Amino acid sequence: MTKVIKKLYLALVFMFLYAPVVILIVFSFNSSKSRANWAGFTLKWYLDLFKDKQIMSSLYYTIAVALLASLIATIMGTAAALGIHNMSRFKKSIIMNITYLPVLNPDIVTGISLMILFIFFKIKLGFVTLLLAHITFNVPYVILSVLPKLKQLNKHLEEAALDLGATPFYALRKVILPEIMPGVVTGFLLAFTLSLDDFIISFFTTGSGVSTLSITVYSMARLGINPKINALSTLMFITVLGLLLIINKRTSGNSIAKNTKEQKEMPNFYNPSSIEGEPLP
Amino acid sequence: MKRGRVTTFPYIVWMLIFILVPLVLVLYYAVTVTTPAGTVFSLQNFEKFMQPIYIKVLVRSIQLALVSTIICLLLGYPVAMILSGRDLSKKNILVLLFVIPMWMNFLLRTYAWMTLLEKKGLINTVLGFIGLPQINILYTDSAVILGMVYNFLPFMVLPIFSVMSKIDKSIIEAAEDLGSNSFTVFRKITLPLSLPGVVSGITMVFMPALTTFIISKLLGGSQYTLIGNLIEDQFMRVYDWNFGSALSIIMMLLIVISMAVMSRYDREDAGGGLF
Repeated sequence: MTKVIKKLYLALVFMFLYAPVVILIVFSFNSSKSRANWAGFTLKWYLDLFKDKQIMSSLYYTIAVALLASLIATIMGTAAALGIHNMSRFKKSIIMNITYLPVLNPDIVTGISLMILFIFFKIKLGFVTLLLAHITFNVPYVILSVLPKLKQLNKHLEEAALDLGATPFYALRKVILPEIMPGVVTGFLLAFTLSLDDFIISFFTTGSGVSTLSITVYSMARLGINPKINALSTLMFITVLGLLLIINKRTSGNSIAKNTKEQKEMPNFYNPSSIEGEPLP
Repeated sequence: MKRGRVTTFPYIVWMLIFILVPLVLVLYYAVTVTTPAGTVFSLQNFEKFMQPIYIKVLVRSIQLALVSTIICLLLGYPVAMILSGRDLSKKNILVLLFVIPMWMNFLLRTYAWMTLLEKKGLINTVLGFIGLPQINILYTDSAVILGMVYNFLPFMVLPIFSVMSKIDKSIIEAAEDLGSNSFTVFRKITLPLSLPGVVSGITMVFMPALTTFIISKLLGGSQYTLIGNLIEDQFMRVYDWNFGSALSIIMMLLIVISMAVMSRYDREDAGGGLF
């Protein structure tokens, strides 16, 4: 009896979680504009998306920003992690505490503080500021993905390479980088996904004429409901879901349960105590 | 060791410019006002916040965040318990299914509810079809709370789940061997041992609920104000950066305070780091 109740309760909660999204996706194929009646299958909203200049330009900016920001963040973050790994305990804890700031701060505060910075220094809001903002919130995630790999690295490997006559740069390229590559790739994918998915920080740091998909969805949604947004949402949802499933697979070991999103490689972002308590070797 | 300084250098510079300087600027704007004579130090922005209309916004934001947190806890605790229970097949898949909604863009999740709740939306059509009265909660507090619960429920369930799955099953078996019934087992073992998870769940739901401005904007309508909306207004419409910065400082203080309060109740292994 209790087993039945438990299953029923779980089923209800899952319905609550999934029904809205499933309905959103289903109605993106509805040929009538109504959100309540099914009038037949159509792909016209999807085709409309490709004819919509605003949506196409936001798609371009979204991908351009996400790619550039995650690439730059990966290079800068990996380089930083290599250095941070070799630092003294004290310096490391200062740098890591500042690194956690954008992770812990509410997005709205990160967004407006960057906006103030750009306007204060008279940098015109637009593509460049959007890119700078995205790099800023991406780098910490790259560092936090690479550091654990460096921790696992056997430090005698590098020493052996140096003893055998490798230059430090050669040792880095041939010994260290291949070893930490999984962390670097995970960091890149994570940064790319967060960039694609971001709304709040982009909203405050972009200027007129430059808009990402999330911003377009937001401004369209505020004007009312439109099946085109359903189609766009469906595409965005599937893309981000796919990317995160890949990241999850990369970071998880044996059990899915214990390894969501960033858990294994990274400390608990939303939990201050675990961050403070994170041993910094 | 020399490599350390060279390769970290660009990041340190970047951090100073894009993380620390902006926060210093926020602080600077918060404690100054622009007068015809120039910019002067003043606590006027914080005094402005003490006016009843703004205090009301703050109280309302805290209230709504608290209500959503409590609903998430009540809904989520049993879910975590069932998921971590012994009598469930395909547990891993179920847990993954619970994680996936966390990955959806919250903008899209909130938009999905807009389409469901609107006057001619699916919910009302179905209600009308089976002859029940219509519900018109879109653009009210209830819709905002619903949106928050929907968006943040997984953040409550997962930390509790992860702590509960770590509870040593032999303790429970020992209690049962010694004659406890299932209620006593829950009260004396499961509940106390799951508290760290509850604490981090509460933190993870309360903080985003307190700072959101999109859920309230989309589901609460354009007139709707929470502290997040107030901040957005100051920067995007009113252009009162000083007041907006003061509000941001207040919001950061609230977050720091709630984190501090929560970490007092927190144990080392809390949350199990689901994020």
